[in-house]
Amino acid sequence: MAINRTEYRDTSIGVITSGIPYQYVREALPDASVLKLGLVHPLPRKMIEEFASKVETLYVVEELEPLIEEQVRSWGIKLIGKEIFTIQGEYSANMLRKAILKQEIVTKEPAKVPARPPILCPGCPHRSVFSVLNQLKIHGAGDIGCYTLGAVPPLNVIDTTICMGASISMLHGMEKAKGKEYIKDWVALIGDSTFLHTGVNSLMNMVYNQSSGTVIILDNSTTGMTGHQDHAATGRTLKGDPTFAVDLEELCHALGVQHVKVVNAFDTKLLAETVKEEVARDAVSVIIAQAPCALLKSNVSKVKCVALPEKCKKCGMCLKPGCPAITKQADGTVKIDETMCNGCGLCKTQCKFEAIETVPIA
Amino acid sequence: MEQTKSIMIVGVGGQGTLLTSRILGGITTQAGYDVKLSEVHGMAQRGGSVVTFVRYGKEVAEPIVEEGCADVLIAFERLEALRYAHFLKKDGVIIVNDQRIDPMTVVTGAAEYPEQIIENLSKEYQVVAVDAMAEAKKLGNAKVFNTIIIGVAAKRMNFTKEEWLQVIEKTVPPKTVEINKAAFEAGYAGA
Repeated sequence: MAINRTEYRDTSIGVITSGIPYQYVREALPDASVLKLGLVHPLPRKMIEEFASKVETLYVVEELEPLIEEQVRSWGIKLIGKEIFTIQGEYSANMLRKAILKQEIVTKEPAKVPARPPILCPGCPHRSVFSVLNQLKIHGAGDIGCYTLGAVPPLNVIDTTICMGASISMLHGMEKAKGKEYIKDWVALIGDSTFLHTGVNSLMNMVYNQSSGTVIILDNSTTGMTGHQDHAATGRTLKGDPTFAVDLEELCHALGVQHVKVVNAFDTKLLAETVKEEVARDAVSVIIAQAPCALLKSNVSKVKCVALPEKCKKCGMCLKPGCPAITKQADGTVKIDETMCNGCGLCKTQCKFEAIETVPIA
Repeated sequence: MEQTKSIMIVGVGGQGTLLTSRILGGITTQAGYDVKLSEVHGMAQRGGSVVTFVRYGKEVAEPIVEEGCADVLIAFERLEALRYAHFLKKDGVIIVNDQRIDPMTVVTGAAEYPEQIIENLSKEYQVVAVDAMAEAKKLGNAKVFNTIIIGVAAKRMNFTKEEWLQVIEKTVPPKTVEINKAAFEAGYAGA
């Protein structure tokens, strides 16, 4: 099939379009003639001039800026474009029916309902780390990954997110601008994959420029957000073949970080002690909080959490980390959804009354 | 079939909306229709609101379903049924799993979970509400509630039971074929 192609049907309407708007044009104007561009630069001038000469009314349908439209107009071709189509947002068949066919399309107002923003999965090790930092009232310079969700309630830890690797540089910058005291209740938070992507150089710079900040590497042994791609520390190539695995701890040492601690992300007590100790330290420190992503196929939990209503004091502590598998019931006790729970036990560690237990999955 | 049919599958990330759209895609493709699926990815497993579209007919161009254009809304959770109900045609059908999952905005107290969703939707649309979670637990695996809902929806579509079972067998993880087939049968029989 040709890269640029013309489809002649009824010639009273002709449309030049490209990409997904082609589908909207076909849906809204099934009888119209269409010039579908597969390549929008350089434009096939002869083909466009010929198409324009054969149709009565010519439209250019392209989302956002009038890239095709302006060029075609510059050749003296008459057409209808952005004077009736928006330069904002996505197009749709109905939007074309309204604009071109002047059809009136009445739609209902959506119901006013509570938003359902995305959240960390049940069993996510990041939730454990955030829950500790939240309790310690620590601020986080965040980075790009699932853990950016640590910015929203109820975790509320991350205060900044810019681009990959910026967590470490931001913390460093804050210290240079505001002084060591200012970052005593701050940490940089970066995932293992993002750290290897663009965090290493920032950390090296922190050591070189005598920073005192604390960096937490959220090491979940994968690239979580984009769908479990391997990376330089997993020991597998993107094709799944075995390869050399970077040792994060050794790497940090090699960059000159003297104080590197490896902690199980779900050991909330040890993690809290380690964070307190490291943020107080007058030198760069790294905490590697380790626990695999809850969705890794190699990490299927053999246990699940069960709430015991007879022991529950309705204090709500287990709800604080914001696990979606736990809901408060009308009587104030909690219920754990067995289809959602990944058995991490974070809720259990929050409960002082032993009202949550882990049981083996049958 | 004269007209293109538009189906929306909505739910909470992790409930199996994507798998369901693949089963619907499978059965409609197998029947020789032109089919377009589109999915909201990324947040699919992270508890967010998830929507997928299935359109099938003689020739389908647009891959999404627009407001006021859906024939069927399959909802795996009550609040999500309400959120997307305005996408339905006037005489549209809602098949809803009668289950409540609190969004984080409700858990933290920033918003309230609406009351009487099914009752209110029933005033405007044809609503089939099923407590699929309870049915799934009876079968011994709460996770197959979504296949029960597919069974309920299947009863209202023009494909044979055998065709459905074939597609389910091809689509679900091999270890779960039997339980998913049983769940489909339960939904199909009860519908």
